[in-house]
Amino acid sequence: MAVAEPLAEATALVGLPPPVAGRRSGKARRLRRLAPPLAMAVVVLGGWQLASSSLSGGRQFLLPPPLAVWRVGIFDRQSFDALLPAFGRTAELSVVGLLVAVVLGMASGTVLYRFHWLERASYPYLVALQAIPILAVAPLMAVAFGYTFVTKLIIVVMIAFFPIPTAFLLGLKSVDPGQQDLFRLHRAGWLTRFWKLALPSSLPHLFTGFRISAGLAVVGAVVGEEFFQTGAPGLGMLFQQYLNYVEYDQLYACLLVSCLLGVAFYSLFTVASRRLFGSWHASAHADEPAARRPGR
Amino acid sequence: MSEALLASLPRAAGLGMRGTERSGLSTLSFREVGLVYGDGTAALEGVDLEVAPGELVAVVGPSGCGKSTLLRLASGLLEPTSGAIAVDRDQLGYVFQDATLLPWRTVRANVELLAELHGIGPARRRALAEAAIELVGLRGFERHLPARLSGGMRMRVSLARSLTLDPSVFLFDEPFGALDEITRERLNDELGRLFVERGFAGLFVTHSVQEAVFLSTRVVVMSARPGRIAASFPVPLPLPRQPECRYDPTFTAIAREVSAVLREVS
Ligand SMILES: Nc1ncnc2c1ncn2[C@@H]1O[C@H](COP(=O)(O)OP(=O)(O)O)[C@@H](O)[C@H]1O
Ligand SMILES: [Mg+2]
Repeated sequence: MAVAEPLAEATALVGLPPPVAGRRSGKARRLRRLAPPLAMAVVVLGGWQLASSSLSGGRQFLLPPPLAVWRVGIFDRQSFDALLPAFGRTAELSVVGLLVAVVLGMASGTVLYRFHWLERASYPYLVALQAIPILAVAPLMAVAFGYTFVTKLIIVVMIAFFPIPTAFLLGLKSVDPGQQDLFRLHRAGWLTRFWKLALPSSLPHLFTGFRISAGLAVVGAVVGEEFFQTGAPGLGMLFQQYLNYVEYDQLYACLLVSCLLGVAFYSLFTVASRRLFGSWHASAHADEPAARRPGR
Repeated sequence: MSEALLASLPRAAGLGMRGTERSGLSTLSFREVGLVYGDGTAALEGVDLEVAPGELVAVVGPSGCGKSTLLRLASGLLEPTSGAIAVDRDQLGYVFQDATLLPWRTVRANVELLAELHGIGPARRRALAEAAIELVGLRGFERHLPARLSGGMRMRVSLARSLTLDPSVFLFDEPFGALDEITRERLNDELGRLFVERGFAGLFVTHSVQEAVFLSTRVVVMSARPGRIAASFPVPLPLPRQPECRYDPTFTAIAREVSAVLREVS
């Protein structure tokens, strides 16, 4: 008990539910949660190795074995020195782009929610905007804005933007009608209804949008860098170089690292959503069996 | 919840007691009220109904006959398409069938919500919420989130939330319909005592004849759609009603009559 008390205090401080006696310890639970993806990694690596070694010698460069990717693409001094700063630059570009998309997306979601006619008027164009083939307009943008960070940023925002206002608007509009009646009954103004009812209700939807956008932002950043080939190299530029020099071990390493970036963003938002609404919304526990999620 | 507690707490926290001194002041009245929904559904037709302070009118009727519509009209959430409604809506209590709690707010924060919407300051809000939570027997659960409460407890929170405004007109839309028999009877007892204590004008929709007779001073039966008042039965049993009064011959006689009319109009 004497040992458990500081632990209980610590969890209370960070706002987590107190550990319940008889439950599995946190370590064991984390292990159990990590086990399936780890097992999956083993399966995937095995499959990769098999597929690679089944290729004839002349074509094996198309899919180098995982160990080669690790040794030549990542663990090698020269590769690593190129990869790490590139990773940093791409991370920076996608984070800034994502932030801009979040701010713009939430702002436009709010405006469209406030003025319903505007939503009806502009939604078709939002959808059309999303359908623009970015690579086709990239040359135009290069002419308009030059080969700069900002141009790449615009590409990231264009690719990552759409899910945020869409998911946010959906969340804002899925407020329980009974709760809405309650607020109307007590003559709450628009701002009060937005702030105290619609916004908190929409958080689970909003975070779904964030998670989708985060992945897209990484794609946008890599695509932008690969197209513009300018400034200090990010993963996209590195990717193109390795492609040109037929250094496929490094190429795959590059690919893996950009995936890693996407996973990192995703996990960040998952942790944030568990913090924000894990105690009252089941979606924050989507990776747990249904029986353990909070009920209604 | 002890009688002494019930008597002392509201006053201590500033929940004004209300007795007969307010009778005649605030009523709820329906004159020839009709409602046709936008899609052409005639939900109510020619409804005449008066509820005085200190009167709790129970409404029973076949499902879909317009009971919820009647309450939405009384609350002002809906405007009648014909006839006139007069209600003092300054202090309106409305308990929905669903508890409609905000899942991200604790019990206390949920109970404070209405006072918050009416611009009451934090200290007084807190006192009002505390008293209301005490009144519905949820002391000790202030920091729980709704997801961790049972259905009956959630309904109590909903009730407490309405009580903070000390309503002069109180509307109930099958609030205990989804609860088990034992919980429902206990909440009926408590609501009965609250009613005697507060003396509001109440309109209580239910599909349970037992509940209707036990709680009300009058039971009205509505006919199938378009709903109108088919019959009205005064319940002359003394208030506050004890649980045993459910076996009183007068009680059973009224319940039998109400059931008979209900079968006729369904
Ligand atoms: N918003 C609406 N639009 C059209 N018809 C409605 C609407 N709300 C309720 N109704 C209809 O009006 C009738 C009365 O509904 P309601 O008042 O909810 O009945 P009750 O509460 O007695 O079960 C029902 O037939 C229902 O289908
Ligand atoms: Mg109803």
